[in-house]
Amino acid sequence: MTGLTHLTMAAALDGLAKKEFTAVELTEAHVKAVETIRPLNAFITETPEQALAMAKASDARRAKGEAGPMEGLPIAVKDLFCTKGVPTTAASHILDGFKPEYESTVTSNLWRDGAVMLGKVNLDEFAMGSANITSHHGNVISPWSPGEVGNWSRQLVPGGSSGGSAAAVAARAALGATGTDTGGSIRQPAAFTGIVGIKPTYGRCSRWGVVAFASSLDQAGPMTRTVEDAAIMLRSMCGFDPKDSTSVDMAVPDFRAALTGDIRGLKVGIPKEYRVEGMPAEIAAIWDQGIEWLKQAGAEPVEISLPHTKYALATYYIVAPAEASSNLARYDGLRYGLRVEGASLKDMYENTRGAGFGKEVRRRILIGTYVLSAGYYDAYYNKARQVRTRIKWDFDEAFKTCDVILTPTAPSTAFAIGEKMDDPIQMYLNDVFTVPASLAGLPGMSVPAGVGSDGLPLGLQLLGRPFDEETILRVGQVIEKAAAVTATPPFMA
Amino acid sequence: MSLDKATVAKIAHLARIKVPDDELDHLAGELSQILTFVEQLGEVDTQDVPPMTSVAAQTLRRRKDEVTDGGYRDAVLSNGPETAEGFYVVPKVVE
Repeated sequence: MTGLTHLTMAAALDGLAKKEFTAVELTEAHVKAVETIRPLNAFITETPEQALAMAKASDARRAKGEAGPMEGLPIAVKDLFCTKGVPTTAASHILDGFKPEYESTVTSNLWRDGAVMLGKVNLDEFAMGSANITSHHGNVISPWSPGEVGNWSRQLVPGGSSGGSAAAVAARAALGATGTDTGGSIRQPAAFTGIVGIKPTYGRCSRWGVVAFASSLDQAGPMTRTVEDAAIMLRSMCGFDPKDSTSVDMAVPDFRAALTGDIRGLKVGIPKEYRVEGMPAEIAAIWDQGIEWLKQAGAEPVEISLPHTKYALATYYIVAPAEASSNLARYDGLRYGLRVEGASLKDMYENTRGAGFGKEVRRRILIGTYVLSAGYYDAYYNKARQVRTRIKWDFDEAFKTCDVILTPTAPSTAFAIGEKMDDPIQMYLNDVFTVPASLAGLPGMSVPAGVGSDGLPLGLQLLGRPFDEETILRVGQVIEKAAAVTATPPFMA
Repeated sequence: MSLDKATVAKIAHLARIKVPDDELDHLAGELSQILTFVEQLGEVDTQDVPPMTSVAAQTLRRRKDEVTDGGYRDAVLSNGPETAEGFYVVPKVVE
């Protein structure tokens, strides 16, 4: 029943409720799909037995009339979420052999609501990257890559860091996947693979049990094929958690109910600073098209200014490495993962961390260590935190005159593995449109809006006020319907 | 800002990461490039701007100082690369 893997979550819930198929059948189809897409290297760990056991339990709950909001839906989990008894690698050599003794809050919430785990998906090492090319477990290939499977004429990146999540969902091997977003790691891969990805407001999803990268920025969120599915999955992922000190104690709305299609009178902010120099014509064109669609639906575009936009990346590349350098200090060769012996304790630390971290992670730890070191703390770290405040103030000011902000998600379509690799700054520019909202803690979503001249997906990004995911979902669905993108990846399960 | 090889070696030591000598030059180049890139922040007027401590407008919650969980010694140790008799084993630190 290959048709089952092409369903949306909403349609799968319907089918399950009407007994057209069981959770076991749905899961079996997906387990097979996960095998089919192995050439993409999207999964680090497949958990077919656990998936089938969870599906069986799900069918039993449904039979008893106890179906949860995601009952029986097979999903993939980014390998940054701790899953009890299942290896959790963060795509790093340094976590070799680590099997958590506990379950992250976000995945616990998903299982509570009936979701089924297909396995753990690949990512950039410690979520540091924009192309899924820094994983210790190998590159993820985008299902949009042209040519013969396994012998592609161009190996395209799926984006990153949630590249395995994006590839698995786009290639129809999972109905959805969890992602995490620190500077764009949900939104940019969603745009590159033609799916929906939402980073909720900082504080919506608990960070407990998620391997930490930059704690003041990290947020989990869903990656799905439709806006409605994102609403379904987001609701299950969110919720107050006393175990995360930054988790916000607020009721979780029924996000699906916000999808009314009615955006009349809504003011859509168009930030003039996002028309960056050298923006490809087709990116500008899809942005203009998005503005036009929203106008036709009764919304009113207004020009806004976010004057500190151009400083966001530089701010991010101080704040995020600084936090990473202290978060990653925990990998000491003693408590979990890799250990490389040395003559002394210090040697053992240095050998373990020298062997365990990849080049990008090492680079960021070193930058972070430097900007936090005595004599440079004020000049770099404190300065960046002050600029971060100004970036947040820009958004506060802008939201006085608009209800939602529309921008492109990424400055280009997906590139090929091997491109943009020599220069770290060039790679960082991928996140130029996504980083500002991360720094301000705002909710953001990427929605498929069309394809470029190369036939590859283009996404538009919506940013909202804090805790107003409902508006971005509502507006996102209007774009999704107007765009009516029919293009699918050449390789699907 | 340009970092020299000796500075990179010092940072690597502070971060407890062994970096082979023959990689220091290249790394110094990359790190200098990133530091040069972030120096543009100097253009921003941050006079009297408070450094951001939290994006969420909330104060950290307090909880009662009481034991609510625990007793997992074996679970905690289960991932240790080397453990013995309920302890982590470290290289000898006392002469």
